[in-house]
Amino acid sequence: MIPTSFEYLRAKNLKDALKAIGKNTKVIAGGHSLLPLLRFRLAQPDTLVDIGQLQELKGIKQAGGGMKIGAATTYRELLESRELGTLYPLIAEVTEHIGDLQVRNAGTIGGGLAHADPAADMPPVMLVLDATFLLQSKGGKRSVAARKFFKGPFTTAMKPNELLTEIQLPAPPKGAGMAYASFEQAASGYALAGAAALIAIAKGMITRAELAFTGLADTPFLAPAAAKLVGTSGDELISQVAAAAVAGVEANDDIHAGPEYRTHLATVAARRALTQALERAR
Amino acid sequence: MATLFGSGIKRREDPRLITGKATYTDDVKLPGLLYAAVLRSTYAHAKLRKVDVAKAKKAPGVVAVYTGADVKDKLDTVPCAWNVPNCDLKVPPHPPLAVEKVRYVGDGLAMVVAESRAAARDALDLIDVDYDALDAVVDPEKATQKGAPELHKEVPGNVAFTWKVAGGDVAKAFAEAPVTVEQRIVQNRLLPTAMEPRAACASYNPGTGQLTCWVTSQNPHIHRFLLSVMTKLPEHRIRVIAPEVGGGFGSKIPGYPDEALVSFASMELGRPVKWTEDRSENYKVTIHGRDHVEYVALCGTKDGKITGLRTKVYAGLGGYASTAAPGIPTILHGLMYSGPYTIPNIEGTIYGVYTTTTPVDAYRGAGRPEATFLLERMIDLYARKVGLDPVEVRRMNLIPKEKFPYTVATGLTYDSGNYQGALDKALQMFDYKKFRAEQAKGRKEGRYLGVGVTTYCEICGLGPSQVAGAVGFGGGLYDSAIVRVYPTGVVRAYIGAKPHGQGEETTFAQIVGDEFGIPVENVEVVAGDTEATPQGWGTYGSRTTAACGSAVKVAAQRVKDKAKKIAAHLLEANEADLEWKDGKFAVKGSPDRGKTFGELALMANVAWNMPPGVEPGLEATAFFDPSNFVYPFGTHICTVEVDVETGEVKILRYIAVDDCGPQINPMIVDGQVHGGVIQGLGEALQEMAVYDEDGQLLTGTMMDYAVPKASQMPKVETAHTVTPSPVNPLGVKGVGETGTIASVPTLVNAVCDALAPLGISHIDKPLTPARVWAAIQHARGGAK
Repeated sequence: MIPTSFEYLRAKNLKDALKAIGKNTKVIAGGHSLLPLLRFRLAQPDTLVDIGQLQELKGIKQAGGGMKIGAATTYRELLESRELGTLYPLIAEVTEHIGDLQVRNAGTIGGGLAHADPAADMPPVMLVLDATFLLQSKGGKRSVAARKFFKGPFTTAMKPNELLTEIQLPAPPKGAGMAYASFEQAASGYALAGAAALIAIAKGMITRAELAFTGLADTPFLAPAAAKLVGTSGDELISQVAAAAVAGVEANDDIHAGPEYRTHLATVAARRALTQALERAR
Repeated sequence: MATLFGSGIKRREDPRLITGKATYTDDVKLPGLLYAAVLRSTYAHAKLRKVDVAKAKKAPGVVAVYTGADVKDKLDTVPCAWNVPNCDLKVPPHPPLAVEKVRYVGDGLAMVVAESRAAARDALDLIDVDYDALDAVVDPEKATQKGAPELHKEVPGNVAFTWKVAGGDVAKAFAEAPVTVEQRIVQNRLLPTAMEPRAACASYNPGTGQLTCWVTSQNPHIHRFLLSVMTKLPEHRIRVIAPEVGGGFGSKIPGYPDEALVSFASMELGRPVKWTEDRSENYKVTIHGRDHVEYVALCGTKDGKITGLRTKVYAGLGGYASTAAPGIPTILHGLMYSGPYTIPNIEGTIYGVYTTTTPVDAYRGAGRPEATFLLERMIDLYARKVGLDPVEVRRMNLIPKEKFPYTVATGLTYDSGNYQGALDKALQMFDYKKFRAEQAKGRKEGRYLGVGVTTYCEICGLGPSQVAGAVGFGGGLYDSAIVRVYPTGVVRAYIGAKPHGQGEETTFAQIVGDEFGIPVENVEVVAGDTEATPQGWGTYGSRTTAACGSAVKVAAQRVKDKAKKIAAHLLEANEADLEWKDGKFAVKGSPDRGKTFGELALMANVAWNMPPGVEPGLEATAFFDPSNFVYPFGTHICTVEVDVETGEVKILRYIAVDDCGPQINPMIVDGQVHGGVIQGLGEALQEMAVYDEDGQLLTGTMMDYAVPKASQMPKVETAHTVTPSPVNPLGVKGVGETGTIASVPTLVNAVCDALAPLGISHIDKPLTPARVWAAIQHARGGAK
């Protein structure tokens, strides 16, 4: 439970941090994902760059019809933001289920997303909300869609010298309802399978439907099958869409749930999330 | 004066525990302290070709590195201390560090001693180990089969012992019985998970030749003895101190290599050495619990009378026989097969089996939860087969209250009981008929409701020393106390047991305060230091209050007897004319002429005017050896709803009615019941240590091993009946383990009851949603 020795650098500002990060460095904010890796010596960085105190990376702002969230904003700060909760109730709903009080006090949204645990709760939310992640490096900045960010278990589109600095959320579609349903692994609290859904309706008909999964496969993913709901009233189709959404997916297998059960849970989660999102949209 | 005995005052130990002011073993800091880290085998079963520590020895901050070869002639092997007789027990040597072979993942290979904890840890990575891998075997049943890899050359077939219990004529009972039910039951392996991991800090004084060892111990006197064996130092030169101990659940009873190794290092180096395990090490190295594969049969009449029980049990012992391991699945398990019932014919065959896994030993309940589970499970299967209500079948077979003391077929004699009383009380709290009606209605609506009712009794308060000797327990089972009164009338009780979360610092002060008529604040309880406390046998087996609390009571009575003599002398009265009233000895009929406890304490300690022939001082020692075990009992009820789509189990209500005799502190009793029930529900619902075929522990952290969380657990409704035990002066029975004993079958029976319409009769615990769902799929004829 003792990490290998490393240099610790508390960045004074973002520029400072961007200069320091690169090969054999690890970025720490809340530390909830990183510290276990360090203690098990699964990660053995030469330098730890602490960005947890950088005010530039904190805060929740209105932007156009949407919002921007600084990557080092804690889960607790997300929960405390009334504006965020009003515009994206799904984020608050999911955040309440992340870790426990202490974890939410210290853990950050950017840290969790960059860690890219394939069973984390927040990634599918980012997928259905169609978020964009701002990545910065010493050399500049670029934007990557959440939908192109998650590449594999604990693997993202970020380069070693890049830092996730901001989460940009577009305005949710008018008349949207959102929901999240998951089945937690009893020990870790991570999802055996979870589904986030967003449904917008106009005049009783679905105008947009988004569905994303976590826990089921080696990355969170968006299910194109949800689009079948568009132009319908939903109801009868939901079960069919939920089943179609997971068809052919190579499901994870571990001591907590085999692939067959996981796939089944994902289907149930999808159905429940879609149903609830539709109810909320109405 | 209000009596203290029976009042639910707050636990005095809590403020320091919850504000971080308590001193645990890892908090001990000594001048010149060195830190130890142990390299652990990554193979479950392998021959050791080489353990090369040359690089580690040269690492910065490293003072010494020891391997199995370095210590094998200086330290004795780790002893097993429960030599159960008449079972051909084979205990092969357990070297403190492996010499030729490793036998589980976690087996010690080398110990690094360094100037800092980090330096010690870093040096472990520099040790080069060359293994010759052998096949692993993790299942105790499979380990007995032909061709299974053998762990010890001294133990062909891996069977450490074959122990039998028999009473009545089982063959005849089964031959004649019209109804028989059979079931294979797996008792899942558990990780005790005390909040504080194990630690040891040893300080050898080369000048005096004395060793002081701080150990996370439930029984410091036993650890002193075991350390004496392992270090070869005489017992009187070893002082064991168990400071604050953060829970044990049995895992801090055994002797482990680690405390012997730090003692050895301190003796070699002349500096104090400390070792503290981390959680991953705790899960790999500290003992595990349960791990049975059982084949059980129960027979009876068509109208619900149970006539026989037969078992064949493969009990996993892990790689070595831990301190108390052989006694757990035998004496504490097989002898309890009758439970609270009149079962005339019982036969059990228990195989203790070595497997390439972490050693298994006593874990909260230790043998009795497994016995209660298999019995209660079988009774539900039997009731279903004969088409009778499971509660009625239980009621019909309970030992009647007027039959106590009652001797069951296994030979044990139960002290006292009123099993029907506890069942009646539980059924007053829970409208059973109404629930059955709701259940029937729910089934029509596609809802799966279930109820489990357990009537249990268990053996604890260990126990008479004579019996301990007869069953091969390598020690006594009396306990002890010194009650010492200071000149100012305040009191300290030095006790032989070692509470580590159970609250006896409070309850024993209540016993003494009550006896002397003084405020509870004027009494302190001292435990855990072999230099200060009389020989005792520790805290486990729900024995502390029954055995050690009784010693406190007897010692306090002796003090009071002496105080009475002094009072008679000072009052110029006959002792016979004195009575104890309102906190003082007074002459009968003249309450004004009296001496308070404080006045007598002062006179005894200054001795200005003592009765002729009476020595100064006011203290007494008592060694209390109970005449029998105690047998607490009760009825637990649980209702559940199962979501058959996902396999999730929702607990609707949990009711626990327990009888532990008179209660010294009802709040603490309820706390013990709450904790025990939740721990049992963890076993029933979600806890299981899982090994893969290669013997790797897959549940090596709390990310994979599901210790219950508050948010996952129900409210526990408690109630009690009071049936005193005749075997100790307090009349008390233990209540530390009843919750883990009763709750496991209660929950599992409730779930199996809920799923009865699907034809499901048994699911092996833990009843995770995945397992329940799989059982439902199987029952519906779907895929596995």
